[in-house]
Amino acid sequence: MNNKIVIAVLGAAILGAVYWMTTGEKASQVVEKSDGAVKVGFVYLTTPGDHGWTYAHELGRQQVEKHFGNKVKTSYVENVPEGPDAARIIRELAKKGNSIIFTTSFGYMDPTIKVAKEFPNVKFEHISGYKRAANVATGNIRYYEGRYVQGVVAGLTTKSNKIGYLASFPIPEVIQGINAFALGLRSVNPDANLSVIWVNSWYDPVKEADAAKVHIAEGADILAQHTDSPAMLQAAEKAGVLGFGQASDMKAFAPKAQLFSSVNNWGPHYINKISKMIDGTWTTGDGPDHWAGNDWVGMSDDYLVLTPFENMSADVAKAAAKVAADIKSGNNKIFTGPIKDNTGKIRVPAGKTLNDGELFSTLNYYVEGVKGKIPG
Amino acid sequence: MEALILTVLLTSVPLIFAASGELIAERSGVLNLGVEGMMLMGAVSAFAASSIFGSPYVGILAGAVAGALTAAVFAVFALGLATNQVATGLALTIFGAGLSGLVGAPFVGGTIDGLPTLAIPLLVDIPVFGNLLFNHDIMVYLSIGFIVIIAWFLTQTRAGLVLRAVGNSHDSAHALGYQVLLVRFYAVSFGGMMAGLGGAYLPLVLTPHWSEGMTAGRGWIALALVVFASWLPSRILIGALLFGGITIMQLAGQARGWTIPPQLLSMLPYIATIVVLVIIARNREFARANSPACLGQIFIQNK
Amino acid sequence: MISMTPRKHIPLSRTLLTPVVSIVLTVIIGAMIFGLLDYNPLSALYEFFVAPISRPDQIGDLFVKACPLIITATGLVFCYRANIWNIGAEGQLIFGAIFSGGVALAFPDWPALILMPSMVLAGMIGGIFWAMIPALLKVRFNTNEILVSLMLTYVAALSIDWLVRGPWRDPMSFGFPLTKMYSDAALIHRIEVPFVGMLGQLHWGVVGALLFACVAAFLLSRTILGFQIKVMGDAPRAGRFAGFNPHVTTIGVMAIAGGAAGLAGMVEVSASMGQLQPNVSFGYGFTAIIVAFLARLNPLGVIFAGLIVALAELGGDNAQIVLGMPKVVTGVFKGILLFMLLAGETFNRYHIQWQRTGNKLNLKEK
Repeated sequence: MNNKIVIAVLGAAILGAVYWMTTGEKASQVVEKSDGAVKVGFVYLTTPGDHGWTYAHELGRQQVEKHFGNKVKTSYVENVPEGPDAARIIRELAKKGNSIIFTTSFGYMDPTIKVAKEFPNVKFEHISGYKRAANVATGNIRYYEGRYVQGVVAGLTTKSNKIGYLASFPIPEVIQGINAFALGLRSVNPDANLSVIWVNSWYDPVKEADAAKVHIAEGADILAQHTDSPAMLQAAEKAGVLGFGQASDMKAFAPKAQLFSSVNNWGPHYINKISKMIDGTWTTGDGPDHWAGNDWVGMSDDYLVLTPFENMSADVAKAAAKVAADIKSGNNKIFTGPIKDNTGKIRVPAGKTLNDGELFSTLNYYVEGVKGKIPG
Repeated sequence: MEALILTVLLTSVPLIFAASGELIAERSGVLNLGVEGMMLMGAVSAFAASSIFGSPYVGILAGAVAGALTAAVFAVFALGLATNQVATGLALTIFGAGLSGLVGAPFVGGTIDGLPTLAIPLLVDIPVFGNLLFNHDIMVYLSIGFIVIIAWFLTQTRAGLVLRAVGNSHDSAHALGYQVLLVRFYAVSFGGMMAGLGGAYLPLVLTPHWSEGMTAGRGWIALALVVFASWLPSRILIGALLFGGITIMQLAGQARGWTIPPQLLSMLPYIATIVVLVIIARNREFARANSPACLGQIFIQNK
Repeated sequence: MISMTPRKHIPLSRTLLTPVVSIVLTVIIGAMIFGLLDYNPLSALYEFFVAPISRPDQIGDLFVKACPLIITATGLVFCYRANIWNIGAEGQLIFGAIFSGGVALAFPDWPALILMPSMVLAGMIGGIFWAMIPALLKVRFNTNEILVSLMLTYVAALSIDWLVRGPWRDPMSFGFPLTKMYSDAALIHRIEVPFVGMLGQLHWGVVGALLFACVAAFLLSRTILGFQIKVMGDAPRAGRFAGFNPHVTTIGVMAIAGGAAGLAGMVEVSASMGQLQPNVSFGYGFTAIIVAFLARLNPLGVIFAGLIVALAELGGDNAQIVLGMPKVVTGVFKGILLFMLLAGETFNRYHIQWQRTGNKLNLKEK
């Protein structure tokens, strides 16, 4: 081949590209048309195979497909890192004609807000964040309700009075979970203590397993987690201790160890918001209390579902069912004073119940019964 | 305390396997940065084989074979086609991570019976140490066995001598009539087999399920460990326990309410490795004795 | 066995043609894999390679994705030409982000005219600082720079993790590991192309990256510096006779590579993130090594190699959105692409003959 030919071909290609770019539509206005069905996009942090957080969202997406049939077409992108790639992928989903896009991790908050500005006609639903915009809604589940029940079961079941807890990042959601667990624990067993290991990851099975083993080695006989893989329960199963599953039912991994799982049931939320989008009644979910909005729901609406109580005595199961029913009916508000922090200082006076905003912005301490200090 | 030490021990096992395999490859002069990819292939194959055949022992075998095969891919390119070892190793990591995810997709969500522990009769009854040292699964014993065999092989056998000669100066070894590339091919494949075994340990013992990328950087730690051990098998053992110990200490420290940032603790092994590198480099005699002079250099066979 | 003899003369057309052949081979293998996975091979290839660059804004995004790769890989070319194996660009990139981020967070009120150059400088100093550790240890103690720079990458990743979760965390981030947002003056802005408008996320950092690659190409091929680096890489002994100091070369190329990586870190954060977070790099430093090799250590080639690698990434995302193809397929595909391109390089540089010889490894008496 001749060098001149190569140069000529390259030159022609560049000229062609320049021509095509200058005659193209204005870049940011390109939106592909969808073919009848409403398109719905999902952005996942890990893979549905995590069997925790993302898996729960994937089950929600499958419920959407089943509910709407061929009226709705869903697609998802997995393993999207919380950085510039997230913005690019959300944008790409918007351009591909998705009418509503669910971004399912806290770290997508700023990218979602940023992209939403560019696509005023597309609806965005950010899960677990607090920033809203005209076309950005937030949604979340009161995970801490399930954790309170876990605490009760743990308190009634433990023999060593030592509970091990695996945590990911010290964000409000996780702190609420730890504290709710401890409140439940201490409500039935004033001698039991909770110790927390921060894994600094949502998903690192081997490290989670290691941390679980460390808890067991330190004498814990019941484990709970706010990380996503089933590794902790498997470690518990092997060591003959008990534990709680996270986000989805993990019984298959630990039939003898799982007391129960608090399952995040996203399906109803997704179906609800998509229906509203279709019939034009979609809202951002902003409520009287900005933090909570209108879309922060829990056990009362079956967004948080507890799997059957197993591997515990009938008395404990009965007590747990009673507590769960009280939370569901609203009789038990969980964060109601008097609440002491773990240095003995009263943080919430008797009779007062923390409202949703306070749960986010004032809960920066461990309550009584939790060992150590919140890192950072 | 005993339970904590036991945890350290088990966490170190994958590192011992992967690092001692990489040690052999590096001693022959090949730097294979694809340990992570090979471990992942080992892990997924071990899990898949155990759940298909219902026996974790088949899993061990599958992990070893898969690791060796993945390493063979590296060998074809880096040795056969003399591509740059650093770039090829990185490509292998990307490839292995992808392929393991693909192969493992049908097995996500399944679980297997992990390897059973085999107590060594009599020895296990020794007070204090018995349970700690002689009540493990077969792979723990295997890992120690391999360390002993590798140490013996490198210093006491002719083949070990050839391997070191090839790693120290491939040109002289070639001039002496040794098949440099063939020696390196065996070494790299062995390294892959060991990385595969190290990966297999994760689903077979540490956490009996498969998930994408479950090695989470342990292959890279193994690479550091080889250097930390200054290419001596016995020190791999010490180093792996130290690296594993720091990981566990960091978690246990939290459970006990320490307030040292875990990141600072996690940095220690790497900083220690650099210090070791400097010490080795200063002590020329030692450096000459152990660190392979031709590490990472391309050998081209032309007749 | 295989026997390889270096080609004395490699025509340009051959050099340009080999990567094309490699890519075609990858495409064929890829099509077979897609077929095995029950995807229509043709539409899969279309979604992988064509669809992601079928709109002008996507071209812009392609360049944005390639930007940190191009800057970092261009710096690495200097190192590798001089036979200095710096594989710690990832760590140097992170330190560039840390240093420039430190400036951006400490002086949010400075006007862009002062703040931006300070950040660029700080980013480069951060990268150089981190590259100087392996460089000086090599010069002083003759340690292996591959291993030291690799170890330092982990230390760097843990450092930023600690900073962002600890001392630098935004008190208003509710515990999330994020620093404050950069002030507007600290952000690299998008480009308004005349007559076209914004091209996706295309930002001024991309222009900088392309310029940097061109300057590097000039430096390497037309100046005494380039000559010195080449001589010290190919024939260090001859270089020493010519009066070049190997220590100075080592420190020099490491500084260039570190500075470039640091700059890439600064640009990436400032253009695409706007704040520091525990992950600022996503493996760019390692991918850049591959890019440098794919480009055959040629800065202009780096631009194309960077774009190809970026395209594989965008293509993977697109195939996921459109076909539901799992992300891992992208990894496999990328791995094969890299293997093919690396092998192509061998076929380009060497004349290869296959010989059937029965020689077995001779372990007995010799």
